[in-house]
Amino acid sequence: MSMSERGLNDYLPVATLLRMLAVLLLILAPHASHLPVWESALIVALLSWRGMAARRQWRMPPRILRAALVFAALGGVYASFGHVSGQTAGTALLCLMAALKLVELRERRDVMVMVFLMYFLLITHFFYSQEIWTAIYLLASCVAITALLIECQHLGALSPRQTLRKAGVMVAQALPLMLMMFILFPRIPGPLWGLPSDAGAAARSGLSDSMSPGDIAALIQSDAVAFRVRFEGAAPPPDQRYWRGPVFDHFDGRTWKHGWTPPRALSADAVRYEGAAVRYELTLEPTRMPWLLALDLPQARDLPPDSQLDDDGELLARHPVNERVRYTLTSYPHYLLEPELDVRERERLTSLPKGRDPRAVALARGWKAQGLSDPAIVATALQMIRRQNFVYTLRPPALGTDSIDEFLFDTRRGFCEHYSSSFTFLMRAAGIPARVVTGYLGGELNELGGYYIVSQSDAHAWSEVWYGGSWHRVDPTAAVAPERVERGLDAAIGSGEGLPAYLARRTAWRDAVKLRWDWLNARWNGLVLGYGPELQQRFLERFGLDDLRSMILALTVLLTTSMSIVGLLLLRRAAPARSADRALREWQRLQHRLAARGYVQRGDEGPRDFVARVLGERPDWRAPLQTAADLYLQTRYLQAPDAGLLTALQQAVRAARLPA
Amino acid sequence: MSSSVAPVLQGLNRIILGKDEQLKLVLACLLARGHLLIEDIPGMGKTTLALALARVLGLHFQRVQFTSDLLPADILGVSVFETATSSFRFVPGAIFSQLVLADEINRASPKTQSALLEAMEERQVTAEGETRPLPQPFFVIATQNPAYQLGTFPLPESQLDRFLMRISLGYPSPDAERQLLLERERRDLLAEIEPALAPAQLIELQQRVREVRAAPALIDYILALVQRTRELPGLRQGLSPRAGLGLRRAAQAWAFIEGRSGVIPEDVQAVFAAVVNHRLITAAEREGAATSAAEILAQVAIP
Repeated sequence: MSMSERGLNDYLPVATLLRMLAVLLLILAPHASHLPVWESALIVALLSWRGMAARRQWRMPPRILRAALVFAALGGVYASFGHVSGQTAGTALLCLMAALKLVELRERRDVMVMVFLMYFLLITHFFYSQEIWTAIYLLASCVAITALLIECQHLGALSPRQTLRKAGVMVAQALPLMLMMFILFPRIPGPLWGLPSDAGAAARSGLSDSMSPGDIAALIQSDAVAFRVRFEGAAPPPDQRYWRGPVFDHFDGRTWKHGWTPPRALSADAVRYEGAAVRYELTLEPTRMPWLLALDLPQARDLPPDSQLDDDGELLARHPVNERVRYTLTSYPHYLLEPELDVRERERLTSLPKGRDPRAVALARGWKAQGLSDPAIVATALQMIRRQNFVYTLRPPALGTDSIDEFLFDTRRGFCEHYSSSFTFLMRAAGIPARVVTGYLGGELNELGGYYIVSQSDAHAWSEVWYGGSWHRVDPTAAVAPERVERGLDAAIGSGEGLPAYLARRTAWRDAVKLRWDWLNARWNGLVLGYGPELQQRFLERFGLDDLRSMILALTVLLTTSMSIVGLLLLRRAAPARSADRALREWQRLQHRLAARGYVQRGDEGPRDFVARVLGERPDWRAPLQTAADLYLQTRYLQAPDAGLLTALQQAVRAARLPA
Repeated sequence: MSSSVAPVLQGLNRIILGKDEQLKLVLACLLARGHLLIEDIPGMGKTTLALALARVLGLHFQRVQFTSDLLPADILGVSVFETATSSFRFVPGAIFSQLVLADEINRASPKTQSALLEAMEERQVTAEGETRPLPQPFFVIATQNPAYQLGTFPLPESQLDRFLMRISLGYPSPDAERQLLLERERRDLLAEIEPALAPAQLIELQQRVREVRAAPALIDYILALVQRTRELPGLRQGLSPRAGLGLRRAAQAWAFIEGRSGVIPEDVQAVFAAVVNHRLITAAEREGAATSAAEILAQVAIP
């Protein structure tokens, strides 16, 4: 059979093709979650068709049908996403084209293209997830693709298990190279090329820029990590672990929002810190929001770069947090904030929507009319919540138009946003400046890593009221459910009150596993994903590599050195190892010395003949050479192995000086 | 040069002029307990060499001229009926000698050839149901005319393999030939030569040859050479393991003659051509080309 007549079966036997389909399925499967349903279905159909076609020897579809399929796929992706580039649409198109490539596997070249397309497809998973599992899955898939590549290159030479082992060895051999590149390849601040706007498109749960009844209760359902904190020194007690996030000072009768005023930086004289400072390092998961969480209240002089503390006490980054960030802060649980409020501020912070919730307004005005002081009004309101049978629950009844009235006087069942919202409302109605603060409360200690995990389930809302020359944090939830502050959500909510499933299922064993896993994730985030320009610089500075040029130099030198070593090892394997014979090694030493003088022993030239030839030309070398040569012949050929002879040979070779 | 073999070579050198190398090979072949094949045109001194060897070593010598009508019994011996005793008596053939010269072996029929060759290999003769050992030492020198001559039965490959060495004496150098013509007849000179060894001493020497050290490094070299002959595209078939063993034995004998306690690569190289040339069969159906052994040596590095 001539080369031109060879069919696909010679390059891709049915068994290999089926394995290729399996590997392709392995690689495409995780994409199913963000591909349109029709596309996943089409890909599965194409894969199964290809498998059947190979087994039953069906003919390939004609060219025109293949072309039509390609255009239909392009059109379909465009129809689904509105474009064919960008991360999601691009990945979708790539997946589809890979499946379509199966229809036109005709030559060896196509098979290779397919294999390399798989490698490329594999990388696209990093767009969607960069977790430990993803890395493990990618590594395993990489082994599978490599095994496929080996199989296609050496058809039938190895058993599947041998192929897989060889692929594993090859990937393992590539790992040091990968590490080298990872550590040394210069990291450039900011994305190298603009990631499409839909990067990391998966909706992130977290605090939002407004608060309506039910928002926080919904957030609680997620046990995703919000951030991790490592305290320098002792952690503050639970009732001081209020993590300050968005502050809302405008109420429309249902939703709390940020008012219209643009955020201004907090002036230095508007705050006075008191008591002991708490210093900590916080790693915030991406929120797509500008707020940086901070322990109430951060020191304004010592903030992360590109951030400011505004006059509401919010720590704002200049850009939304789209990637995990780590920053170090100093906070003071005790402080005096904004000793003076001007009239306009007072007015804004006591404003309420007109004509809403008349009963609540009447109640608060009644307290004011009794001539109670501001702190007394706060205490009265908290007393009311504590005394009258309010219930802290994750399943509050739905509320109508006058949500505050309905909650305070009718249902009396609510979650923290109900309490903080109503309390703030009452204060404003009583003429006391007040606002809602959202954030997180508490956090769970991971003893393995010595850090605290704050989850979305720790989300919380509380109030701040202004009197006596400062803002005061008041947590009305603490009045109804003090355990929430001290011991966390699952202690505060009864089992019938809609505790999230993951909290209801808690066991000691589960907790231990979860904490360990979180610790692993934290290391992964910190060391692998967090290995950006700053960490790289800090790490490489230790080795004296402090600028881009030296990094690239080190990378090049390391790469070429390791490649040379690999090359030498391969060469050594090709030529039989000689060094095992110590007598020969000594002789080779002498050979080198003679070669430097222009006397090279031919491969087929015996040592005696060689020395005779050299001595024929250089009789003056007889003394050093003859002894060494004789000893070499003795050691290697004439006598049984003998350590004394070997030593004598070593000395003779060392002593053999060859005068010019 | 080993003192025990030096007189032997001296004696031989007196008779065969200017052929030191070949004489050493012949002696090595003898010491290695191998048989020798001499390929030459007539008149080059083959018979003289055999006679000289017998004389110097004090061996009992017989010569068999091979012809196409020579029968196996002529070589091996035959039982004759003796009327005096009314019984059969075995009359040993020419092969029951310590040194047998089988002249022009390729003139005999294959049947006769193989009778000789079997006896050479087994060092015993089985005739009429009785096995009789051949004398010790036992050494066959066979001569053959070049294959292209008329009326020959070329020895098959399997039988060529039984000769440890094949050498050619070749024309003498002009000096040697001049001396040859000036001096007396060689055969007359033979009478003056005293045996240098007794047969028992020769057996002892053969025994000592076996004890010459062949180091692992040297065995590797022999292996590399043998392996190379199996890989060469120009050869129809490489060397057999028997050839490898022969190479080692011949090299041991050579090293012994040189007075060494072990074999060095140069010893292997010295005997290589004589040991392998008649065993290498080139693809072109020619028997071992004269250059091929040297080519193989040049291609294989000493490990």
